Amino acid sequence: MLRLEKRPTPSQFWLYATPVVAVLLTMIAGGILFGLLGKNPVAVIKTIFWDPIFGEFAFYLRGQLLVKAGPLILIAIGLSLGFRAGIWNIGAEGQYIMGAICGAGVALALYPTESRLVFPLAILAGALGGWAWAMIPAILKTRFNTNEILVSLMLVYVAETILAKASTGFLRNPEGAGFPGSRSFSTFKAASNPELIAGSGLHWGGVAALATGVAAYVLLSRHILGFQIKLAGQAPRAARFHGVNPEKLVLLCMGLSGALAGLAGLFEVTGPAGKISIDFNVGYGFTAIIVAFLGRLNPLGIVLAGFLMALTYVGGEMAATNMGLPSAAIQVFQGMLLFFLLGVDVLTNYRIRSAFMGAR
Amino acid sequence: MTRPELLKIEGISKSYPGVRANDDVSFAVGEGEVHALLGENGAGKSTLVKMIYGLVRPDEGKMTFRGAPYTPGKPGEARASGVAMVFQHFSLFEALNVAENVALGMENPPPMRELAARIRAVSEEYGLPLDPARMVGDLSAGERQRVEIIRCLLQDPKLLIMDEPTSVLTPQEVEILFRTLRQLSAEGTAILYISHKLEEIRALCDEATILRRGKVVATCTPREKTARELAEMMVGASLSPPERHPGEKGEVVLGVTDLSAPSPIPFGTSLKGVSFTVARGEVLGIAGVAGNGQDELLLALSGELRSGPDKVRIGGHAAGDLGPAERRKAGLVAAPEDRYGHAAAPDMSLIENAFLTGALRRGLTKNGFIDWAATKTFAEEVIATYDVRTPGSHVAARALSGGNLQKFLIGRELDQTPEVIVINQPTWGVDAAAAAAIRQAILNRAAEGAGVVVISQDLDELLEIADQFAVLNEGRLTKPRPVQGLTIDEIGLMMGGAHGMEVAHHVEA
Amino acid sequence: MDFGGINPVILIASLMVAAVPIMLAALGELVVEKAGVLNLGVEGMMIVGAICGFITAVHTGSPVMGFLGGAVGGAALSLVFAFLTQVLLANQVATGLALTLFGLGFASLMGQGYNGIKPPPTLSVPMGPLADIPVLGPILFDHDWMVYMSIALVALVWWVLKATRLGLIIRAVGESHDAAHALGYKVNRIRLGCIAFGGAMAGLGGAYISLVRVPQWVDGITAGAGWIALAIVVFASWRPWRVLIGAYLFGGITVLQLNLQAAGSAIPVEYLSMSPYLITILVLVIMSSGRGRAALNAPASLGQNFHAAR
Repeated sequence: MLRLEKRPTPSQFWLYATPVVAVLLTMIAGGILFGLLGKNPVAVIKTIFWDPIFGEFAFYLRGQLLVKAGPLILIAIGLSLGFRAGIWNIGAEGQYIMGAICGAGVALALYPTESRLVFPLAILAGALGGWAWAMIPAILKTRFNTNEILVSLMLVYVAETILAKASTGFLRNPEGAGFPGSRSFSTFKAASNPELIAGSGLHWGGVAALATGVAAYVLLSRHILGFQIKLAGQAPRAARFHGVNPEKLVLLCMGLSGALAGLAGLFEVTGPAGKISIDFNVGYGFTAIIVAFLGRLNPLGIVLAGFLMALTYVGGEMAATNMGLPSAAIQVFQGMLLFFLLGVDVLTNYRIRSAFMGAR
Repeated sequence: MTRPELLKIEGISKSYPGVRANDDVSFAVGEGEVHALLGENGAGKSTLVKMIYGLVRPDEGKMTFRGAPYTPGKPGEARASGVAMVFQHFSLFEALNVAENVALGMENPPPMRELAARIRAVSEEYGLPLDPARMVGDLSAGERQRVEIIRCLLQDPKLLIMDEPTSVLTPQEVEILFRTLRQLSAEGTAILYISHKLEEIRALCDEATILRRGKVVATCTPREKTARELAEMMVGASLSPPERHPGEKGEVVLGVTDLSAPSPIPFGTSLKGVSFTVARGEVLGIAGVAGNGQDELLLALSGELRSGPDKVRIGGHAAGDLGPAERRKAGLVAAPEDRYGHAAAPDMSLIENAFLTGALRRGLTKNGFIDWAATKTFAEEVIATYDVRTPGSHVAARALSGGNLQKFLIGRELDQTPEVIVINQPTWGVDAAAAAAIRQAILNRAAEGAGVVVISQDLDELLEIADQFAVLNEGRLTKPRPVQGLTIDEIGLMMGGAHGMEVAHHVEA
Repeated sequence: MDFGGINPVILIASLMVAAVPIMLAALGELVVEKAGVLNLGVEGMMIVGAICGFITAVHTGSPVMGFLGGAVGGAALSLVFAFLTQVLLANQVATGLALTLFGLGFASLMGQGYNGIKPPPTLSVPMGPLADIPVLGPILFDHDWMVYMSIALVALVWWVLKATRLGLIIRAVGESHDAAHALGYKVNRIRLGCIAFGGAMAGLGGAYISLVRVPQWVDGITAGAGWIALAIVVFASWRPWRVLIGAYLFGGITVLQLNLQAAGSAIPVEYLSMSPYLITILVLVIMSSGRGRAALNAPASLGQNFHAAR
């Protein structure tokens, strides 16, 4: 029998090694899964993890990586601040949708104004939309003590209904011959979010994601607010003793993560997605939860994890088109990654010992 | 008086990583004997009784119970053999009622209705009144202990283990408990009595085994020894009482007026009209049985629980509506009882924990950004000044022993040049040497002009360091009185006598 | 007996059917939470139960085997959660979320090629002339056996928690794992059992969706039912009979809004279809406020992992 023994001090080695081990274990387990699906495991793993960076179509796929990683990183960094403080916003998907709707709504209301202020206004509206959507669970939590997990999640379903209404109703393209979906942003230059360097995949969302990563790193390592966030998560009573107001912290963390998710939605709708449509959201808000944990809730880790997760998206699509791998297999693969990460994480705080050693 | 042997322990050893908790321990308990296990915190008493109760398996050695080899693999087997245990930290469930709590500690409990009747019967027989239908969360500390004792008695134990039973009782309740234990002993039940309170052991126990750092250092008949001799056997060195240099009593630095507050803790005690003042250089000792509002008072003084502005005044300024950070700024520092999770974040380093309360008064931030170098200096200064044994300031707080962490946490507060110091249970679970050092440090700060409030359940400690003495009882504070001239009986009455025990042992009363 | 195109008898009869999946899942989660464990993976276990049950039923041709398969599927997935949280001491919130994310993908993967197939029908229990009684007949005596079993399971869970030693031990473990450990109870093993039970119940509820409610397989078939089940546990303040009430309430809202949509009500479709979620939020607010009446009933160790240090 093996048993666990708590380490006196968390292991620095395992803190950094666990994500690597988890990724390796997921590749093995994923390979078995792909094998069971009748695919060549090595070929699938190579298609997912190698080809997008070094393969034949890498010149195009590398750009796609940044396109996918941007929103994941932006959302995950916001979520990670809350997760660190023990505040569980899992409705980022809804905040992402609402950010997109609000931002796009403001921009489209100004159509066809060709002013340089349109895009900044849209950004502001996007952030505010996500923020406001996240403030609902935050305020209900602080005022009525409701569970933010359930409320924020329920609001995802509500946001999806609003999205449906937006694309078929209030934001529908008046010149779209009755088809659902809003006016395309590629034809509305003042509000569009184009690729900044051709072929790089970098748009303003990617810039925002990387800047947010750096800012969050400084906040957590150097600023008293970052200290308070960490303290509130690890020892809530000690945080109150230190002088943290738990309610303010809930409002702050929820609001910040909502605003970042809203920004991600806005950059997506004005850039890669191009318009509000009924299937606009593709689950970034949920995948970002995996990204946040995979990055160990550390901003720089999240940036790396965001790229890794983008790799599974881009590579997964490749595997789907080239090898007929079901796209659900990639979702399973991402879920397994989180399982392995959470499982291996035990080694950071515990040592595994054989119960026969030293006993009797 | 020789008794037939009940339990024999021979050469028991138990190691944990880095600690030899028990080292070749041997002793024997006779039937009906009240046997003391005496030792400091960390001497290995708890580990030893956990082995007897089947919670922990020994690495080496053997036990014999009623003449047969005894190797309990789990508490259920120990209970089946006739061993019962009353825990130091209660093994009770607050949201369950008395009868359910009792049933959980029994192997084959009878149906609830029958069990309730038996609880009533046993509680009357031993003078421990208790209503089986009451929720345990609503009971006082003394009543909770009765639940534990009755749970044990219902199983007709041959050996009853009691781990530090009196720390939660008023002096009067202690007397009643002792009568119950003597009655049990007279009926042939042996009692293994764990304590570090010497006078109690001299009053109650027939034999004593003294443990120090996991080893048996002496066995004796406690009545034949003085408390001082027992103490020296227990500690292994003679201890000097703290030195006092009473300073000038200055102006009032902390004033609390008619402070009432609902408890934020589930099953907690609300504060009801608490009033007192503390002057510079003065130490106010606040006694009381656990759960009478101590935690709430600490929260209300530290700023975690707010009240009307004028209810709490620091240095003459209204502070009742201020939070912890603002009260620190005003000169008040506080040290809560629970070190792992309240006073300190267990998984954070000592440096981060130094920042936790030191940020403001030690100027460890600039424009909201943390000066980690200055914080490290502060942490290391505390470590050096208060003799904190640690590999360094980078280790997690949870890695330190209770005594060492407490020295660090008290030092952290005292080294902020405070005007007012509030401490709850300064030496709880701390070994004698560290406790003496902590008390001395507190007195030194008082001599330098700070006003001090010490909340403690250890009466001896309060009588040793306090100038004024008051008692918290069900959230109310008695009027503070000078310590000099107080008798134990008076203190007992201030503590509310024996809660709901007026009918107990009416024969003797 | 029609109100705006809606027949109240049919409404009540169909809400009893609509309530079954969330009732079963919430009942399972109630036991899990009573033991002090917060498993947020209900949605994932339900959908895996839905597909496992569907596949089993299609291949065996037996709905009973299908339900069994659903329960086994849900329990199997819950054991992953149990292993991670009870053995490897992983964070319960994160692991529960992982369970849902994984479950949604896994079910979708397993369901490849099962779209558009009809499962074997689950028939009403023949009650003879009872079913022909006006009003009462269709409401009480014209349902499939799972409707009756779900009510029986509520009664069973209530009785076990209230009156048996097993129930007392489960409550004790959820209340204070330290005290339970000190008395010699195997905290993690008891919790493991409760988690598996919760998984089986969620799987059963999921299977009911794919075999009776819908009845066919589509991706994302549970559509948040698992999350609503979690909310119902809070609504019920951890009391089994209130789970029944809560489930019927939500079943009623779901059926009503569907009927209103079908009847061409003046309220826009979008507002109707978001109403179950909004009402869930409203109910959470009502139950949680007032100085946390619901919170007061919550098991004290909920969501905390237990590790016996010494």
